[in-house]
Amino acid sequence: MSTPGHYSEVWRHRTPRARLLLWVGWVALVALFVWCWELMTANTIWVFVTDAPRQAADIGRRMMPPEWGYLPELMVPLWDTINIATLGTLGGVAMAVPVAFLAARNTTPSAMVLRPIALFIIVASRSINSLIWALLLVAIIGPGLLAGIVAIALRSIGFVGKLLYEAIEETDPRQVEAIEATGAGSMQVLTYGIVPQVMPAFWGISVFRWDINIRESTILGLVGAGGIGLKLNASINTLSWDEVAVILLLILGTVVVSEWVSARMRHAII
Amino acid sequence: MTASAYPTTWRRPPQIIKSARWRYAVQFGIAIYLALAIGTIEVDWARVAAGLERGQRFVMGFLQPDFVSRWGDISRGLIESLTMTLTSTVVGVIISVPVGIGAARNLVPRAVYLVCRGIIAVSRALQEIIIAIFLVAMFGFGPFAGFLTLSFATIGFLAKLLADDIEEIEPGQVEAVRATGASWWQVVNYAVQPQVMPRLIGLSLYRLDINFRESAVIGIVGAGGIGATLNTAIDRYEYDSAGAILLLIIGIVMIAEYGSSYLRKFLQ
Repeated sequence: MSTPGHYSEVWRHRTPRARLLLWVGWVALVALFVWCWELMTANTIWVFVTDAPRQAADIGRRMMPPEWGYLPELMVPLWDTINIATLGTLGGVAMAVPVAFLAARNTTPSAMVLRPIALFIIVASRSINSLIWALLLVAIIGPGLLAGIVAIALRSIGFVGKLLYEAIEETDPRQVEAIEATGAGSMQVLTYGIVPQVMPAFWGISVFRWDINIRESTILGLVGAGGIGLKLNASINTLSWDEVAVILLLILGTVVVSEWVSARMRHAII
Repeated sequence: MTASAYPTTWRRPPQIIKSARWRYAVQFGIAIYLALAIGTIEVDWARVAAGLERGQRFVMGFLQPDFVSRWGDISRGLIESLTMTLTSTVVGVIISVPVGIGAARNLVPRAVYLVCRGIIAVSRALQEIIIAIFLVAMFGFGPFAGFLTLSFATIGFLAKLLADDIEEIEPGQVEAVRATGASWWQVVNYAVQPQVMPRLIGLSLYRLDINFRESAVIGIVGAGGIGATLNTAIDRYEYDSAGAILLLIIGIVMIAEYGSSYLRKFLQ
């Protein structure tokens, strides 16, 4: 009979082999990090980096006190920003709904052709930031609110489409079956079997996206797509940091309010 | 009563706003808002018509991307973006783990909790692009400012989700480990960490994916990466190069998304 003496005295979570693998993994990650760091900072001018605290203090001093007299001038751009976000969300949701129904496995009419196309639309829209969409659209349809609205709408398709098609795929199939058993056509199955089940998710997703779009539309003006970002860009270009401070505080306030509104609405719906 | 008095068709009753009066009020309000909002959009249709030709050229550029003639700039931008993504994610995760633990109400005293939640709120409140503007002004142009921006943004995202996750762990396991006489460190190491580790890895991979997407944007304000190259290409109306860059971004994001979901499945 073996004595318990040869057992390890201390309990270990992993076997030696697993520990070795884990260790190799960490070393590889550190090596990759160092290599990337070297590559990234090859052209960095370190004088500027060491100078940064002084620059930060300088900018901070120029931002104080904020130029509050600038506030009334910002109200129209703020209204534009909110319109960009709201109309953009409406457009995006209107385009996302059919895409979501085409992308969901249980509602798509053709899993071979239309579903991959719908999924590609979702991925393409999600991987390109609204600022890049705005950059393209400003070049194509000219600077202004319309470019911002279309940019926000195109960007929202992916987000709303993805979350909505996941919600559609998670619907209870028994309800759909019950509607089918009554002899309903496929449109009737959609309106009475699936739509009521995804409606709360749909409203929740839309309001959530609206909240995100308010954030994103505040900066679209940096590339010329209208709204408060235009003012921000102008103030930064003229180095009037006291005006920048006012704009940033206003953006912050707007974002907080929109977040509160969206939280309340989602709470009321779901 | 005869059977004909019953309605022969059925309509689904309204679900969200049940009172008819409120429903009309809300619809009316929405109509007024839309009228006002659409009224403020000024569209210069001549400019749009002129731009459509350009849009067509862009679509053609997207369909026939030109990877070759600007490949030097594109590859430099991509390398900057990718290295920036990895380094900022690693640094962001390293910083956000202590902040996230500090922001979990069930592990730390109230003062630490408030400080860490404050850090998270500051980091989440501002857009990456605004942070990038400031950091470029402080640290100069180039990927270093981008790296700092993305690290900062990662802290807010990851620390918040980690803290929320720690607050939702099974308290029984913590109690069991604590009952053995374990110190605070040992509780974190043996009771909390195993419960949140799979999710932390998943979130880090997800953030890697987000950081790459963001790195494509912050170049527009001078923080290095593929965004700067894209901005130049669009400014010079080289839509075939811009199309190539966008296709590369979409391709890398797709690879990252499928790769990270595969990796997450493998790790859990």
